Formats: sequence, structure tokens, C-alpha cells
Amino acid sequence: MIQLVEPYTEDKIRALKMGDMVHLSGMVYTGRDAVHKFLHEGGKPPVDLTNQIIYHCGPVVIKEKGKWVVKAAGPTTSAREEPYQGHIIEKFSIRAVIGKGGMGPKTLEACKKVGCIYLHAIGGAAQVLAECVTGVLGVYLEEFGSPEAIWAFRVRDFPAVVTMDSHGNSLHAAVLEQSREQLKQLV
Amino acid sequence: MRNLKANLLELVRRTSAELPDDVVNVIARSARQEQEGSNAQYAMNIIVNNIDLAKLKSQPLCQDTGSILFFVKAPRAFDQLAFEKAAREAVAEATAKGYLRQNSVDSITGKNTGNNLGPGSPSIHSHQQRGSRVDVRLILKGGGCENVGAQYSLPDVRVNANRDVDGVRRVILDAVIQTQGKGCGPGILGVCIGGDRATSYLHSKEQLLRTMDDVNPDPTLAALEKDIVVSANKLGIGPMGFGGATTLLGCKIGALNRLPASYFVSISYMCWAYRRQGFVLNDGGKIVEWLY
Repeated sequence: MIQLVEPYTEDKIRALKMGDMVHLSGMVYTGRDAVHKFLHEGGKPPVDLTNQIIYHCGPVVIKEKGKWVVKAAGPTTSAREEPYQGHIIEKFSIRAVIGKGGMGPKTLEACKKVGCIYLHAIGGAAQVLAECVTGVLGVYLEEFGSPEAIWAFRVRDFPAVVTMDSHGNSLHAAVLEQSREQLKQLV
Repeated sequence: MRNLKANLLELVRRTSAELPDDVVNVIARSARQEQEGSNAQYAMNIIVNNIDLAKLKSQPLCQDTGSILFFVKAPRAFDQLAFEKAAREAVAEATAKGYLRQNSVDSITGKNTGNNLGPGSPSIHSHQQRGSRVDVRLILKGGGCENVGAQYSLPDVRVNANRDVDGVRRVILDAVIQTQGKGCGPGILGVCIGGDRATSYLHSKEQLLRTMDDVNPDPTLAALEKDIVVSANKLGIGPMGFGGATTLLGCKIGALNRLPASYFVSISYMCWAYRRQGFVLNDGGKIVEWLY
């Protein structure tokens, strides 16, 4: 298990390779469909995202006794952000994108250029991942609705797999090609 | 019916936080089949831990608590309107308690209603049955897996699928290839052969009410269900699309008659977080049995 701890420097990110299993500790900012569209269209981020990590996640967060409590916080499907992600990675020097299902060639190219990785979290594992959130530091763009807002989470030992690295390797592309080959034997 | 709202609230809580035993058993078995130290085994171990943790904490297994699909079978005298009212109230309360995410968005304005209520939510499918018992089943189906559902119209030249069982097999396996990584695998397929576009999709979802270990009474479909699982697991897609032994946990197939001109194959993909539960109420409104 590799520990990835804030600050997220380009060197630390470039050292990670496809297939590495990591535990992440530090800040992550949630952002999904509405946030990506907003940033892509030139919206000014309400928090500084430079060298930060974006988490494709629409959590369940409720207020108990005046404090935010994270009830569930697993990843959402990343493919929907493919039209926007590469641009956003380059614009803000994003160091990692956490999600599920992987992303396409535009994002892979931006990862290579900027020094960014795609971290695949375990889809559906909302409780294991909520346990890793040790603090809710703020919420922004709440007008997009709770699941679509930017939540600033501090996480500890958040488990993920590097499925796209900053050297042009994508596990998703590799598995797709291999499974297509296998299918030819079966039909 | 007394206590109906309270009973439905408990049904929502249980469905969101606890997987049925038949699903848990299949997941545990497949977790043991992944290679030691692999990404796939890593994913399956987290999945198994997550199932335990959600039950223990009584919190949503997955943050996408999904489309809320009720399937009701009740006697003639059963008041469906009262049921719908109780179901809506239970859903709103479950959302306030955090059993359900705020998950209902106005498609035109983009505004989230904040309580999971709105046109089409929850969705309630009711049928009459003889006798006095009321069967209520609930499936919570997340958006990630719903998005990768597919409907094929045969013949389909892209995958060389004709209007026969082999053609059906070809499109189902194509759907598994297309879905990889995106629907939170290992998954379960609900499939309908035939029907019109709407009834076909609905019937594919109804297949997901069956238990993992049941056997299709139609021998052709039983053989196809088995073959699809074995074949899909040879593709090497694995949990989360990381590569590995388990791509599918199960496949359930039903058939409806079709028009001579139509031949639909509708595929509803269910993620490993296969949230289904149900209960039987007696004529006094008391829960006498949990169905899964």
C-alpha cells in the first residue's frame, strides 16, 4: 500500500504508476456534473483548486446539532465529465481526479501534460469511504443542490487504485482491449 | 391500514442499508475467487467491508440511493391511493433521516426537490392478487447502473445478432463489454426478450425481484442465464473493471410476446449494491414476513 499525503506535489504524482493501490490523506473537493460544466464555462471556483484533488462524488451530508455529518460518500461515474475534465485539469493544475469507471483519452492526455492521475475509488462503497472523511471544512455552490455542490472534505487513508497514470497508461483501455479479444472467442 | 407509513419507512431503511442474504452470499463467494494481492481482490474486500459497515451503522450502502421502485401486489379492496400517500410520506421522512439522498431533480429547471418527491418519484407498480395478503417489494437502483442499461432491436448488424437465442446472447455479451467499469461491477443483469420498448424495460427490472439462487422455469432461459454468467466471467473485466474473475454475479431473463415486426432485448444492469427488500402484510396491516 502506497501512502499519498498532502501536499500533492507533481513529483509524488509522477512517481505513481497504473495499478498502484494507494491510501490518500489530505484535502479533496467534491465536484460532479454541475460543477464541471460551471468551471468549464469559465465559472470562478469559490475555493482555490490549484494543486488540489477533485472527487467525483455526490455525498449524503446532513446537519446534526449544527454540524455537517457525512452519511455516505462513494464515487460517481466519471465518464460524464470527460468533455470538461482535461481542460479543468490544465486550468487549475489538478493533481488527481477520484471517481469510478475511468475516463477517456482527453483526460489521459491532460494527466500526462500536467502531472495528474486518475484514482479509482470503489463504486458503491459509500460507508467505507465516508469513514475516511475526518472533517467537512465547507460547502460551496450549494445552489446546485446538495449532491452537486463542492464539499471540502479532509480524508485519511482513503483507498483507491491508480487506473490512469501521468505517463499515458490506462488500465481501462487495457482491460477493454483484452475483453474485446476474449469476446471474439466466445461468439 | 394502520402503521403503513412506519412500515414503509422501515422498508426503505432496510433496503438502503442492508443487502439481502442471497446477494451477500454470492458476493462473498466471488470475493474468494479473486487472485491474492490483485486490484480485484482489493475492490472485493472493500465491498465486503462496506456491506457489513452499512448494516452496522444503519446508513446507505451506497450514496446514490437511486430510483425508488415499489412493486405491490394486493387484494381488490386495497386502497392504492392511501398506499401511494403513505409511500410518499415515508420517502420524504427517509430522506430527512439520511436513509435516502436528495435524489429527485426537476428535469427542466434543474432544481432538486430535496425530499425525493416529484413526478415519477417514487415509482409505484401495483397489481391485484387473490387472497388477503399485501406484498410490497422495493428496489433502490442507482444512476450509475441505470445509465448503462441498454435496449437492442434485433437484428443488430453491429454485433451480428439475428432474431434467435444466439442473437440474444450476442447482444447481452455486447452490453457487458459496453458497461465495463461504469456500472459498479460485479453486476447482475435483468433481461427481457420481447415486449414493446416500455413493457420490455419494465419486465427486465421485474427480473431483479427474483433471488440469486432461483432457477428459471423455462429450460431455454435457464440455460441462457447460466451461459451468460459463465461467458461474461471469461471476459476478464472483473470487479470495477480492474480485470479479474468476476464480471457478473448473476443474470435473470424473462420473455414477453412481441409484435411480428419487433424484437427487443432490454437489459437492466444492477450494480453489486443490489438493494432489494420486501415484506408481506396481513389484513391487519402487520408485517408477517420479510421476503428476502
